[in-house]
Amino acid sequence: MLRFEQVTKSYSGGFVALDRVSFHLEKGEMAFLTGHSGAGKSTLLKLISLIERPTTGKVFINGVDLSRVNRGQVPYVRRDIGMIFQNHKLLMNHSVFDNVALPLVIEGFSGKDMTKRVHAALDKVGLLDKVRCLPHTLSGGEQQRVGIARAVVNRPPLLLADEPTGNLDPDLSKDIMNVFEAFNQVGVSVLIASHDLSLLARMRYRTLTLKNGRMINDGLTYSGADE
Amino acid sequence: MSILFQGRATGATAVKQNLWNRFVMFWVHHVRQAITSLGEIWLTPASSLLTVAVLGVSLTLPVTLHLMVKNLQQVSSSIDQAAQISLFLKADTNETQIAELIALLQANPEVADVQFIDKGQALAEFTAESGFGEAFSYIEDNPLPHVMLVSPKNTSSLAASALLDALKQERYVELAKLDIGWLERLDAIVSLVRQVAMAVALLLMIAVLLVVGNTIRLMILTKKDEIEVMKLVGATNSYIQRPFLYTGIWLGFFGGILTFLIEELLLWWLKHAIRGVTQLYESSFSLQPMSLAELGYLLLVAISLGFFGSLLAVRRNISQIEATGL
Repeated sequence: MLRFEQVTKSYSGGFVALDRVSFHLEKGEMAFLTGHSGAGKSTLLKLISLIERPTTGKVFINGVDLSRVNRGQVPYVRRDIGMIFQNHKLLMNHSVFDNVALPLVIEGFSGKDMTKRVHAALDKVGLLDKVRCLPHTLSGGEQQRVGIARAVVNRPPLLLADEPTGNLDPDLSKDIMNVFEAFNQVGVSVLIASHDLSLLARMRYRTLTLKNGRMINDGLTYSGADE
Repeated sequence: MSILFQGRATGATAVKQNLWNRFVMFWVHHVRQAITSLGEIWLTPASSLLTVAVLGVSLTLPVTLHLMVKNLQQVSSSIDQAAQISLFLKADTNETQIAELIALLQANPEVADVQFIDKGQALAEFTAESGFGEAFSYIEDNPLPHVMLVSPKNTSSLAASALLDALKQERYVELAKLDIGWLERLDAIVSLVRQVAMAVALLLMIAVLLVVGNTIRLMILTKKDEIEVMKLVGATNSYIQRPFLYTGIWLGFFGGILTFLIEELLLWWLKHAIRGVTQLYESSFSLQPMSLAELGYLLLVAISLGFFGSLLAVRRNISQIEATGL
């Protein structure tokens, strides 16, 4: 589903954010991406969502070489990837409904069909009763779940999450993780970047560990970094 | 269509729709977006009003100059219609020679009408109208010549002067005159004003384009975060720029309407002053207002200025906002 082949990303000034990273995430697999801040987690996710391009090496999604995707095709690639952001990235002056509907509106949905899908997505994250609210009236956890609903509303085969539990207390974090597990169980591939080690330890999924831009561990549990 | 996942149904294509439905939805979508953009303008009344005002005032000047040219042309053409050639006959021309000349002129295909003024009749008229009646009674001989007023069939100044040259050659004609010198001067002034109007219009249109562009640019900047989010969830540039283009169109439309209103106000205000002048010239001149077609052109120009001004801004700015995301 998602494959990195010897991917290096260096920025002008010589800073190497990712150094020859290779891994393969299977279809329907769920994995964590971890490491200190600055280890290259965000850069790795940016390469998948085509916010950045690798300096050398190749990224494949479902066998498609992303280096062959041109600028005009980038939006269409992003429609196939559900992205969840640490700071939610919601439109604050639009209702929860409008926020979740945004990817559908962009793809040309309208009317009953759109409403049905938005309600289904909000139902999955347990926020159906907040459909008319504005995001700033919601709690942090609820905002995060709106972000998740928006990411899954057009049923993407691949889900990326950047620190989805970053600012949440353990109980809320667990709720959010349960939501991800539920999507994974229906066949969605999920990659979650997180430095919440206790959470990773509890979840026991494959964990990719980055340190200074290098992949130092790829295994069932977090063990490599020097904590 | 999905690039990464062959066969993954995406977007509205996932739902089978017939062509007619899609056609209808296309327009419904555009109308909806146009109305949304109108709402956006409503949300920022101050800056939008200012832009509309700049548009309205800027377009008023070229429109005023255009109306001026139009009215001047009306004056010159109404005079041109009356262009007549005066033939002053030689003093010793007798009645049979006059009759001969009249017959000759009437047979000329270039001539529309011939009017003969006997010198006695001319003297009587002149005595009555000039106020020199007393003085004329002291003159024994009638100093005036017989006059023939010839109206040319083709009243354009070029054709009339050609006819003038021909009539000069007639045997009994002492002098032939066509008073078109000042008409030519008026024509020259009109064409000068028209060219000034075009130059001014061009400059002001560029100004309007830049003003609209700048307004839209500011709108884009205030919505930077929103645009970034839209890019992150897969919106194309053309999708993001569409509402801004509609905003530009609305700004142009309202600017055009404002121009029309200012113009009407101006005409109403000038009407009295113009009537004063025309009364002095005993002319039946009436001020021509903007016609419906001209209003249409004005709106078309204003709307396209709004559209292209905003296109200028979105082309430059929207692609520059990159999703920095994560």
